Amino acid sequence: MTLETYLRDLLRIVIVGHVDHGKSTLVGRLFHDTGSLPEGKLEAIQAMCERRGMPFEWAFLMDAFQSERDQGITIDTSQIWFKTAKRDYTIIDAPGHREFIKNMVTGAANADAAVMLIDASQGVQQQSRTHAYLLHLLGVRQIVVLVNKMDLVDLSATRFAEIEATYRSYLGEIGLAPAAIIPIVARDGDNIVTPSARMSWYEGPTLVSALDDLASKADLTSLPLRFPIQDVYKFDDRRILAGRIQTGRLKVGDRLLFSPSNKTARVASVETWSAPAKTRGEAGESIGITLDEQLFLERGDIASHEDHAPIETNVFKGRLFWLSHTPLRVGHGYRLRLQSREVPVTIQQISALYDVEQLSSAPSDEVPYNGIAEVVLRSQAMLALDSIDDNPATGRFVLTDGTNLVAGGTISMQGYPNQRALVTRRSSNLTEVEHKVTAEARQQRNGHRGGVLWFTGLSGAGKSTVAMAVERELFRRGLQVYVLDGDNIRYGLSANLGFAPEDRAENIRRVGEVAALFADAGMIVITAFISPYRSDRQRARSAAHDAFHEIYIKADLAACESRDPKGLYQRARKGEIPEFTGISAPYEPPEEPNLVVDTQHLTIDACVAAVIDYVEKNFRS
Amino acid sequence: MDYLDRLESQSVYILREAFNQIDRLAMLWSLGKDSNVMVWLAKKAFFGHVPFPVMHIDTGKKFPEMYAFRDRYTKEWNLNLIADSCPPVEETDPSLPPAARSAARKTLGLKNAIAKYKFNGIIAGIRRDEESVRAKERVFSPRGSEGSWNFRDQPPEFWDYFNTNLPEGTHLRVHPLLHWTELDIWRYIEREKIPVVDLYYAKGGKRYRSLGDQDITSPVDSNASTIAEIVAELETTKTSERSGRAMDRETEDAFERLRAAGYM
Repeated sequence: MTLETYLRDLLRIVIVGHVDHGKSTLVGRLFHDTGSLPEGKLEAIQAMCERRGMPFEWAFLMDAFQSERDQGITIDTSQIWFKTAKRDYTIIDAPGHREFIKNMVTGAANADAAVMLIDASQGVQQQSRTHAYLLHLLGVRQIVVLVNKMDLVDLSATRFAEIEATYRSYLGEIGLAPAAIIPIVARDGDNIVTPSARMSWYEGPTLVSALDDLASKADLTSLPLRFPIQDVYKFDDRRILAGRIQTGRLKVGDRLLFSPSNKTARVASVETWSAPAKTRGEAGESIGITLDEQLFLERGDIASHEDHAPIETNVFKGRLFWLSHTPLRVGHGYRLRLQSREVPVTIQQISALYDVEQLSSAPSDEVPYNGIAEVVLRSQAMLALDSIDDNPATGRFVLTDGTNLVAGGTISMQGYPNQRALVTRRSSNLTEVEHKVTAEARQQRNGHRGGVLWFTGLSGAGKSTVAMAVERELFRRGLQVYVLDGDNIRYGLSANLGFAPEDRAENIRRVGEVAALFADAGMIVITAFISPYRSDRQRARSAAHDAFHEIYIKADLAACESRDPKGLYQRARKGEIPEFTGISAPYEPPEEPNLVVDTQHLTIDACVAAVIDYVEKNFRS
Repeated sequence: MDYLDRLESQSVYILREAFNQIDRLAMLWSLGKDSNVMVWLAKKAFFGHVPFPVMHIDTGKKFPEMYAFRDRYTKEWNLNLIADSCPPVEETDPSLPPAARSAARKTLGLKNAIAKYKFNGIIAGIRRDEESVRAKERVFSPRGSEGSWNFRDQPPEFWDYFNTNLPEGTHLRVHPLLHWTELDIWRYIEREKIPVVDLYYAKGGKRYRSLGDQDITSPVDSNASTIAEIVAELETTKTSERSGRAMDRETEDAFERLRAAGYM
């Protein structure tokens, strides 16, 4: 065996295209022209065609199944191999039938590059667009486009130029630049391996030279370390954390941070069996390590270095393709799989259902079979993940429903905060001290319970107006009451915070903790903050426990925008205020508020009265 | 990582997923080169241990060299061996051609063993490049209660997220070598020094490329008597690996029918 054989590069390509555009013929021809056909295969197909009394068909090479031969269509993903002077190729055949998009996804998701077939006589069709869109979503960035059956359009340079222009512009709009667009006649071998004499007007590469020019695999070792724990083994006296490094590298002595459990320890050893001893590991390797401390870790934890840790959140945006005949629906629960982690999630919102033909999108209540959509997913548990822009491996996920895999998607955190800083306790050696004055004693003296009236709603919904009026009236009635107002807090307690999602989340964390202290002191505290994220409000609720009352100050975006008391919406619409709630950042309304105050349809007095009434019923002894 | 490292790493990942997700798991050990590589990969994955039974579905018609090999390496590799016998040929589907019927005994034997030991996961060493029907397989491939394979409606499988949740009464076939080729197997055997039955090495101008039952397996013309020579031979050959396996070629769809009924 030569060194060269070991070093030969393998590129996995997927062939996609409309059902009748000639894929199987192309593959048969490609194999024949590169000298990759097994001995006897050509003769076997010839004999079979004769037996059936039909003309020779290249397509039968790929169609291994009886049923396929009978139906004349390719059913499933299959894989075959060929080689050129430069490297080896695996062809993943992906069927073009709309019914079989799950098979195309299965094939294409594992490909390094794609060959897209278009029939010259039919031009760019819906399927060609859907496939390109899916390829982009699946992370395939290298594409060679073949315009097949050029003989049916008289080998016309003009017709080719039309199709080329149409498709190139479509691909451009979704962010794909084809490596080459090539006119071919697959059946006769034009521009497959040898340049077509009949189409001498074409000066670009043949299929094989275009493939040989494609880049090899992306380098994942230079990205930050992501090492998901697949299992923990205790077969002998070693406690081995096993898994495959998705990106980056690690070595003995490195301090690893495990998320979302947020524990750290150093790598003590890299374990092997019947292999040279190792002290390091890199992306792609299935390894096993031991740690210098016995931490309780399990499948689903993901190791990183302390700097460049993954994002922690319980809500994210996913752009997904839906593979189930039962539509995806808002409010439904699924199982989320993130590397080795598996947790329940709920679909909070379908923010965009895409029309790949028109390249447009609109919100929706459900995603149909084979649909592509952007959705907001929420879990109870904290998740450790990355945005797809930061990490192609840990930036994607799948969903399962019952026993079926129903969706695959990529992760975006646009508009949502990294909650890592909020849930990380940096101080240790703390001991809680007990008060000598009880909550009951405070309540008896004040004549009412302490508690938090947590107002949430869009900017301009009337939170401050209602809060201040309620405060005045309750004070008049002799209750201990105080308002924490958004702008006021930002002058002091949160003066060091901006408006990025993380800063907004930290601001709300502080307000939640302060409000809980007020409530504990026996006061009624009213908070008037947009507080758009459910996770943040949930955290504030945890701080105050039972004393937390969520009050939804309700007015829709149009109403708030027409009021625009501070002129903020106008500025946000002009793009002067980034990440503005309702315009360029999400508002997540409460699911089960204790009280809804509809400022859009009620007078201010009626709104105030509703809150006062609620307090009289719930806070009096 | 070189390309053998990448193949190994992918197989190790698959074996670890299977071990974590499937509670009653067994590995098929046909004593051939592929299943020896598979046992070896399990020892890599689990750091010297094979934490599930290995199962030899015994037709009673293997070559004597293969039985000797089995007994020796069961001990040396510390394997938990299950070696149940297959039912007689009379119990197989009479509409199949003769060699396929003989092979179908293994399907029945496997089915019986799955029922007897209540396995819900079977690791099998098939590869995509062996046979075009096998090329359509998934890494984690669900089987109906009769062991049957519904190739028309297979679940999607991508980004190495495997389907591991199963309805009651079904089992999973797990294929950790699906992405390997025959040449890869031999290069890996050479690198790792994995023992194989010496029927693979040429004697008197003939060698076995694929090992099955004595009566339905024939040797191919070859002078390759070392691993290096086998690798060199495979780099240039255009003959298919299973050309010595009679049951594949009796009729156009014989192998497909065997697989749909639960054959490996």
